[in-house]
Amino acid sequence: MTPVNRPVLLTIAAVAVVVVIVVVALSGLFTTPNPDALGTPPPTPPPPTELTLLTHDSFAVTPEVLAVFESDHNAHVNVLRAGDAGAMVNQAILTKDNPLADALFGVDNTFLSRALNAGIFESYHATGVDSVPAALRLDARERVTPIDYGDVCINTDLSAYSAANPAPQTLEDLAKPAYKAQLVVEDPGTSSPGLAFMLATIAHFGESGTYTWLDYWRDLRANDVTIVSGWEEAYDSTFSGGSGGGDKPMVVSYATSPVAEVFYAPSPQPTESPTGVMTDGCFRQIEFAGVLAGAKQPDLAKALVDYMLTATFQADIPLNMFVFPAVPTATVPQVFSDFAVNVPAPLTMAPEQIGANRDRWINEWSAAAH
Amino acid sequence: MVSRRPLTTVALAALPLAFIGLFFVWPVASILVRGLAPGGALDLSVPLQVLTRPETLEVAWFTFWQAVVSTLLTLALGLPGAYVLARFDFPGRRLLNAVALVPFVLPTVVVGAAFLALIGPKGALGVRLDHTIWAILAAHVFYNCAVVLRLVGGVWAQLDPRTEEAARVLGASRWRAFREVTWPLLRPAVLSAASIVFLFTFTSFGVILILGGYGYSTIELAVYRAAAVLLDLPAAATLALLQLAFLAVLLVVYARLQGNAAVGQRLTAARVTARRPRSRQEWTFVGATIALLALVLGLPLAALVERALAGANGYGLDNFSALFGESARGALFVPPIDAIRNSLAFAAAATAICLPLGLLAAAVIAYHRGRLATGFDALLMLPLGTSAVIVGFGFLVSLGQLPIDLRTSPLLIPIAHALVALPFVIRATVPLLRSIDHRLREAAAVLGASPARTWRMVDLPMVGRALLVGGSFAFAVSLGEFGATLFIVRPDAPTMPIAIYRLLSQPGALAFGQAMAMATVLMAVTAIAALAFDRLRTTSVGST
Repeated sequence: MTPVNRPVLLTIAAVAVVVVIVVVALSGLFTTPNPDALGTPPPTPPPPTELTLLTHDSFAVTPEVLAVFESDHNAHVNVLRAGDAGAMVNQAILTKDNPLADALFGVDNTFLSRALNAGIFESYHATGVDSVPAALRLDARERVTPIDYGDVCINTDLSAYSAANPAPQTLEDLAKPAYKAQLVVEDPGTSSPGLAFMLATIAHFGESGTYTWLDYWRDLRANDVTIVSGWEEAYDSTFSGGSGGGDKPMVVSYATSPVAEVFYAPSPQPTESPTGVMTDGCFRQIEFAGVLAGAKQPDLAKALVDYMLTATFQADIPLNMFVFPAVPTATVPQVFSDFAVNVPAPLTMAPEQIGANRDRWINEWSAAAH
Repeated sequence: MVSRRPLTTVALAALPLAFIGLFFVWPVASILVRGLAPGGALDLSVPLQVLTRPETLEVAWFTFWQAVVSTLLTLALGLPGAYVLARFDFPGRRLLNAVALVPFVLPTVVVGAAFLALIGPKGALGVRLDHTIWAILAAHVFYNCAVVLRLVGGVWAQLDPRTEEAARVLGASRWRAFREVTWPLLRPAVLSAASIVFLFTFTSFGVILILGGYGYSTIELAVYRAAAVLLDLPAAATLALLQLAFLAVLLVVYARLQGNAAVGQRLTAARVTARRPRSRQEWTFVGATIALLALVLGLPLAALVERALAGANGYGLDNFSALFGESARGALFVPPIDAIRNSLAFAAAATAICLPLGLLAAAVIAYHRGRLATGFDALLMLPLGTSAVIVGFGFLVSLGQLPIDLRTSPLLIPIAHALVALPFVIRATVPLLRSIDHRLREAAAVLGASPARTWRMVDLPMVGRALLVGGSFAFAVSLGEFGATLFIVRPDAPTMPIAIYRLLSQPGALAFGQAMAMATVLMAVTAIAALAFDRLRTTSVGST
């Protein structure tokens, strides 16, 4: 046994004390400075009300647009991110009895029924929701309000196709020998576009009949489809149209991906996107916002949902999140209207049907696709 | 001299125990109880069903063997590397030591991109290894080599080479001198490093998902699917318990092997033990080891820098000027200065939380051997081997009950980082604390040094050195945003890894290029921080 050295213990104690002081000092770094302490002259306006918004990692808004809401309502919006849309919904459900936030943005139609069944939202008829098309308003009890939508579609690397060797047109094409080993898809168990694409195949081929969606996936597998875990690995690293040196000319992505290809191209801005969109077999994703049950600031949370449907916020959506605003009259930036592909007849499915079958379908998909 | 006084132990252990209890045991227990006893009564039907599924067994076996092989491979590269870095002085040694820490902080998406650039479809190496076990193993070695280099190298550099030389003079062969003189002194550090590498690869998540592709799964991934995707808490809790059961066995084995570790060996300053290679044989060995390290660690890093420099018009700084320029587009974009500042602030906070706790815990483990101390050591290791989603969801269901709601506090992130970094700090600190030779202090007193001077010359350097070794790890763990924070609700203070993820989540060449440029910035910040820690270590404690 080693004898304990008193001087060492003293040193440790001294260091511990010093570091605890540093921690306390640092924790000051993480608290918002109190404007009063900065010498604002009296009379001071009432301090802003804290409003917490729970959202997913892809939520983005121009700071000035959020600032308009904050100054109009003398509020400070505290944006909390909780992973992808699925993980966020699960976290909201786990904390139902003592909610983390007042409002939530970003639950989509593929996770909607789980959120609604768990009862995490309060009904609210948002100002402005009447101008949103009925096809986007999926909850009759208005526990959630549609804010934006987008379509998950097959994207193609245009440089890989030509008149003699045309890009695929239909879901059926993808299983043909001409397109062997050309497609990369995301695992529906870990990826939101992957789940949407799987739902598209179910909506299109159906679960019964002579050729079911599982037969289709067996054919895709026989045609050497590549499966990766997430959109980043699929698009950035496996798709030949991405920047990471992939070799597959078809990928499951969004109808709006060509906009980002142009928007995030090195200047000068190209006049054409290097990628194309197959408009058959697209699945529509709709994103919703809602007031959380048990919110500390329910009125302000309702005001925020209203604000998300205003012209200012709706016009800010396209180039931040690369989806279409739910209000049809919203102004859309030029680059967006030029390069976003309108899908005339996207596939859809009722949220209750998705909720009731999603886990079983993912399991069946695993067996068929791999 | 104070000997094993229970009161001292309790006083030293109180703070680390409170921390681990509040931020690990309670949250994890809460979520497990919620999963296994949903209605208040224990329900074993789901656990039995999950555990008897054939794929559960398959996944558990794969998790175990890939972790064992990854650990062995990491040791195979890391031990010669640690020896060369500890014992030889050569140009670029300090830089190599710092750069070796860089992989440790890189997000898995970025490492995935680097590996694909080498072994993917258009890979520079011309072999396709993506979506194979080889890619997983190579990435694990790439990530964890620094653990062995630093934890083992740190001790090796301070073992007096003259002991081994004496054995050689007395006629022992090189191998025998190593086995009987050096190995017993080195063994605790090797076991420490191996246990950490094992835990890291055992709970591997991103590497398996991205480099392994669809065909591979670990228990960690199964827990993630059950909890984060399916919200099947009973299944998630069962799998998390399976993970904990594996850990318990591992930690018992570890404690057995660690057994009676070497005590009170004299450590010398690093500067004295490193020397230039002398013979041609030594130069060859040093050269070959460095070349191997450069290949495994350097190639993927070089591939990233290459991607960052590649632009539409050949190589250049386009991506960097886009990243730092005024013309930044999109609200997802994070100004790099903000990302660097946020990362450094979180890392400083995590280090500040971790160091005093780690030091107190290390003192308990170093001075109070026995079952309790071993159990304490094992308890502090657990967060490293526990599913991040379980810890994250555990925070949600437990911490809301506190008077201050910590669930949404920005402080929760450095706290989670500290939880993961604590085992590193402890492992870097224990061997150094144990090595303080009380005879040195007595000698100083005999020679007329005042108690203050003795403290300053003998004790402070050792504690300081321990703090710097541990601190560099805590800092790096936090800079790299390890898995622990994946499932914590984050405030809007994007760090460098978060900024990289955001850029990668957009189509477009410039977004990808900027992500790679940001990854290069993260690499540079890490290397500079590591160099600073190393420099502090050699200047402040270089002369014993």
